[in-house]
Amino acid sequence: MAARVDQLRKIRDAVREAVEPCGCSAECAADIVMAVDEACQNIIRHAYCDDPGGAIELEIERCGEELVVWLRDFAPEVDPDEVKPRALDEIRPGGLGTHLIHETMDSADFIRPESGGGNLLRMVKRIR
Amino acid sequence: MTHSVREERGVLVVSFQGDVDLEYSPKARRVLLDSVKQGRDVLVDLSSVSYIDSSGVANLVEAFQLSRQTGTGFALVSVNAAALRVLQLARLDKVFTIHASLEEGLDAG
Repeated sequence: MAARVDQLRKIRDAVREAVEPCGCSAECAADIVMAVDEACQNIIRHAYCDDPGGAIELEIERCGEELVVWLRDFAPEVDPDEVKPRALDEIRPGGLGTHLIHETMDSADFIRPESGGGNLLRMVKRIR
Repeated sequence: MTHSVREERGVLVVSFQGDVDLEYSPKARRVLLDSVKQGRDVLVDLSSVSYIDSSGVANLVEAFQLSRQTGTGFALVSVNAAALRVLQLARLDKVFTIHASLEEGLDAG
């Protein structure tokens, strides 16, 4: 998919269509949709710096009672330590996306791609 | 996303419909900030919002903070379950004043 904001709705619809038949509750499906959406936003805004020429690859697989979401981009490598949720004590706009990802998924970790550079995010959600 | 702004009992009622996501949040931000800058109390009706992401929530926070500076009221009304969950996850459901209905919000003013 193109890494553009006008693709986000299509991505959300595609994720919902993929996870709902797996037995996810409406809330579980909504959580996965939100996490993928926020992760794609991070890719668009921070990894590709709003360059509309970037690409995102999305793969969702079922492993037993878990859904594993793989999100790949081909932007310069991101330092995982710089993609951490911020403290919520301070009330200010911005910086909530990564927090929402970690709140809605059981795990979310960057994995170094085997080849081709870029970034690979692995997110796991137990089906409930 | 579509929106409307109308006046009821001297209060500006800003209503959003559809998805308030990164594609439309710049537009939502302008609508919210322009409304607060008018110097009147603002109620934001989220009953018809089907999806709101972190950028949409950030718009609400920014408008809320501007209202604090201008000394005007700012509250959310008719927040549906999907939007409320995002606010709860962001620990903002206790930060915003939230009214169950538009009528309740207008009466509170």
